[in-house]
Amino acid sequence: MANTTTRRVNPALTAKPNPVVAFVGAFFGNFIVRRFLLFLLTVWVAATVIFVLPRLTGQDPVKEKLLLEAQRGGSVQAGMNEMAQEYSARLGLDLPLHQQYVNYLYDLSRLDFGYSIAYFPRTVNDIIVDSIIWSFGLMTVTLALAFLIGTGAGALLGWSRSPGWLSYAFMPFLTLSAIPQYMLGLVMMFVFAIMLNLLPFFGAYSPGNLPEWSLSFILDMLRHAILPALSILLSAVGFWAIGMRGMMVNTQGEDFMVQADAKGLNGVRIFVRYAVRNALLPQVTGLAISFGTLLTGAVLVEVLFQYPGLGNTLFYAIRVSDFFQITGIVMTIIISLAFATMLIDMIYPLIDPRVKYTQN
Amino acid sequence: MLGTLLVFTVIGLLGYAQLDAHTNDPSQHSRLDAFVSGGAPVGDKRLPPSWCTWCEDIAELDADKKPTLFQYPMGTDTQSRDLFATNLRGIPLTLGTGLIAGLLSVGLGTVTAFIAAYYRGLPDVLIRLLTDVGISIPGLLVLIIIRIQLGTELVWWQLGAGLAAVGWVFSSRTVRAQVLVLREQPYVEIARQSGMSGLAIIFREMMPNLIPYITASFVGSVAGAILASIGLEALGLGDFSSPSLGMTVYWVIQFGAITLGMWWWWLFPLIFIVIIFVSLFLISAGLDEWSNPRLRRQV
Amino acid sequence: MVVADQETITDSGSSDDEFALRVEDLQVYYGTPRGTVKAVDGVSFNLRQGERFALVGESGSGKSTLAMAIMRLTREPGHIAGGHIYLNGRDVVEMREREIRDIRLREMALVPQGAMNSLNPVMRVGDQIIDGILDHVPSGESAPNKARLNERVHELLERVGLDPAVSRLHPHELSGGMKQRVAMAIAISLDPNIIVADEPTSALDVVVQRQIMQTLGRLQEGLEAAVLLVGHDMGLVAQFADTIGVMYAGKLVEVGSVPDVFKDPRHPYTKLLIESLPSFDISRKFIGIPGMQPALLNLPPGCSFNPRCPSVHDRCYREVPEYLSIAGNRGVACHLYEEEAIP
Ligand SMILES: Nc1ncnc2c1ncn2[C@@H]1O[C@H](COP(=O)(O)OP(=O)(O)O)[C@@H](O)[C@H]1O
Ligand SMILES: [Mg+2]
Repeated sequence: MANTTTRRVNPALTAKPNPVVAFVGAFFGNFIVRRFLLFLLTVWVAATVIFVLPRLTGQDPVKEKLLLEAQRGGSVQAGMNEMAQEYSARLGLDLPLHQQYVNYLYDLSRLDFGYSIAYFPRTVNDIIVDSIIWSFGLMTVTLALAFLIGTGAGALLGWSRSPGWLSYAFMPFLTLSAIPQYMLGLVMMFVFAIMLNLLPFFGAYSPGNLPEWSLSFILDMLRHAILPALSILLSAVGFWAIGMRGMMVNTQGEDFMVQADAKGLNGVRIFVRYAVRNALLPQVTGLAISFGTLLTGAVLVEVLFQYPGLGNTLFYAIRVSDFFQITGIVMTIIISLAFATMLIDMIYPLIDPRVKYTQN
Repeated sequence: MLGTLLVFTVIGLLGYAQLDAHTNDPSQHSRLDAFVSGGAPVGDKRLPPSWCTWCEDIAELDADKKPTLFQYPMGTDTQSRDLFATNLRGIPLTLGTGLIAGLLSVGLGTVTAFIAAYYRGLPDVLIRLLTDVGISIPGLLVLIIIRIQLGTELVWWQLGAGLAAVGWVFSSRTVRAQVLVLREQPYVEIARQSGMSGLAIIFREMMPNLIPYITASFVGSVAGAILASIGLEALGLGDFSSPSLGMTVYWVIQFGAITLGMWWWWLFPLIFIVIIFVSLFLISAGLDEWSNPRLRRQV
Repeated sequence: MVVADQETITDSGSSDDEFALRVEDLQVYYGTPRGTVKAVDGVSFNLRQGERFALVGESGSGKSTLAMAIMRLTREPGHIAGGHIYLNGRDVVEMREREIRDIRLREMALVPQGAMNSLNPVMRVGDQIIDGILDHVPSGESAPNKARLNERVHELLERVGLDPAVSRLHPHELSGGMKQRVAMAIAISLDPNIIVADEPTSALDVVVQRQIMQTLGRLQEGLEAAVLLVGHDMGLVAQFADTIGVMYAGKLVEVGSVPDVFKDPRHPYTKLLIESLPSFDISRKFIGIPGMQPALLNLPPGCSFNPRCPSVHDRCYREVPEYLSIAGNRGVACHLYEEEAIP
């Protein structure tokens, strides 16, 4: 089975007596190692693109912005001056490009994004830590729910023995999937928060309330999360349902489904262990691919509902041109996403016996 | 499905007709600041946005108007812009961004897919690696950084090109997978052995079978690009002098149109956006059936 | 093999039926956008307990359609348009979904075509044998425990010539021949008395084909089950079967014992089929049958074989030949043999 064969060595290498070569071969032949390298490569490419492209223009808006802030005076002036100097010394155009690049990668490898320009004495990491909890809570719960509900619904929709009314009942959800999450959010905000005045329309908890572990606060928090969560959920459910429905239809055309019928198996067993179990596999691969799109949509939902997560923080950073904060947040999202994708890919061989952890 | 296509085309044509009627006047860019700063009155007069040449006469009078059938079918906003004109000009801009992005994505994706499949070996490995990496990086975020650091606003086609630069990996992946399947087909093998040139095989033997996938990929790219462009604009990274649908969404959020109860400000662009996405969705569902006949049995 | 006789059976409940399977005037049609394809059109035959019956014919002649209909596995756009299939005396066509499910595997089992993709790729072989057994535990009885099931799986795998350790493997770890053996192990797991095998050796290489056929023969003897073997390779089939049925364009055109049919083929189509076989005599070349099988959508009027028949005459263009019983427990559908018909 998958886990136990991890140490299988490339035969071309075992032929040689050199144990070091054999070890190196096995190491890089290992799926987990290769997948981790891909993760590093992804982060590195993203970081490099972000570094290189703006510098092609020969301008340095970051430095300009820092100097501008410093000129404005006020309490943060001294700090800004310092930052501008430090920035010029490490990343500014005064340095040769490769030197800037090395410094940039070094900072990134320590996940050090420097100080925020807008909230100067605070570091970018400080601000990220404050907001990432909200995003993480909102996203994991809604995306997981959407995947489960959508996949389940899609499985039923694509099952040839399902009652006919089901596909009509689900039509609205399929259509909702075509609508961007933030558009859905806009409508729900209007209907539930403004027109019906049922739910709060911005923030993660009522103003004046301070985060604490009390029942009333948690309830307040949940009430605030409903609309943003529902915007993401309603849109994503249809997305997964459509994918799963297609896969179910394909799976039912497979020979092993005919054979399952020929074995006189119980309908529930055929549905669960034969159809759904196989249709699920591409769905999980799809999860890894669609994460990015779903997540960026969710970022905008945060902006709409002023939900204090990474997306909203990013929005404010963009408005005040807080370059360091923007880079920090974007890289944080990219890294988390690449990490999540890697986890899914690593789990995949556990659910598909045909994919091994070893090469070929 | 045909009906949808028709609706889609009509919106586009209408919008373009409108675009011709009101071309942008760059001499008015000085007024942009007033608009960007949230429409703060300059003197005691609110100024219309720079591009809105036809708003001038009504600037003082007609802010925040509800829709009236003949004068302002879709109302006016806080800046006294006629939202009917704004939306009609916005639709082709938004569609244009999507189409540019879609065309470039699919073009780039198809070419790279063929290079990968044709040369195999190192080019294949590199292109596959690049798409694998590209797919796990959210393009929108990269665009945000680039756009911020560039410091200049991107007009609609530049935005489209930018979106294609991060979106082509999806097309490349789809098309490559299909080319790999086709490459092993007996008739392609026969063509190869009979000495047909690589290009001839690609265009005469493979292309006809790839068209459904390329078309589907194109529709997907357009939808993805429009989604991303509206997102980018809603985040405040669009072209502030543009009336595109995404910018309207941005102003709606900026001015709190929802809490102000100005439903006409957001409802109409919303309807257009929904129509665009539902049309694209139906088109791609139709394409799915075309390339995967098994789906036809389902409702 | 006894040729179907119109009057014989109407009391379908009789338990001391000498036939394991009686197919009467079966019609299976596919509704297609271009018209109705009559893939099986009025086929009748009987299968005694323990008999080995081989169904041959060109590809597209309706063999798989017939085999699947017997299992009641006809899928859209196909449907059973008429006729009866009596399995151990009970009509499969009339059965409710629950009954048919219960009968599959317990009374009749399918060995699929090729078996390449007929195993669930994500389940271990052992589990795929077990689930069939579990779903046929009679209500009221408790399911056998794990040890008993494993024991049974090992026994079944050994009977089809596989190492019991195979039960822990997934299908992709098996060769084509091994997969086919697993499919046979599943088929015999509940000791059915009819096994339907639809080209069980297609897509396998020649050596493996022979081994698989031998195994199937051994299993048949052990179970004393009737086997309906579908195949287009007359040579391979002849070594296995007692009786042979020849299908052409949705109709059964000739039935008889294997030695009889090979020695003295009656229907012109059967004659051509046997002549076209490569024989031990090296000098005789494989000649094939001239002409093409007609499209089932627009069959010629009269006998469907008339465009290719060497003995064609006027009546063949006007009348569809009836299926006639002739001497020696044989049957043939051809105008040439009308005077030999046994009423
Ligand atoms: N799903 C289907 N839809 C329409 N026609 C079919 C379908 N399956 C089989 N047929 C038609 O039925 C005829 C018999 O097919 P089949 O039973 O598979 O033949 P065989 O097994 O002898 O090769 C063929 O002419 C084929 O075109
Ligand atoms: Mg067949």
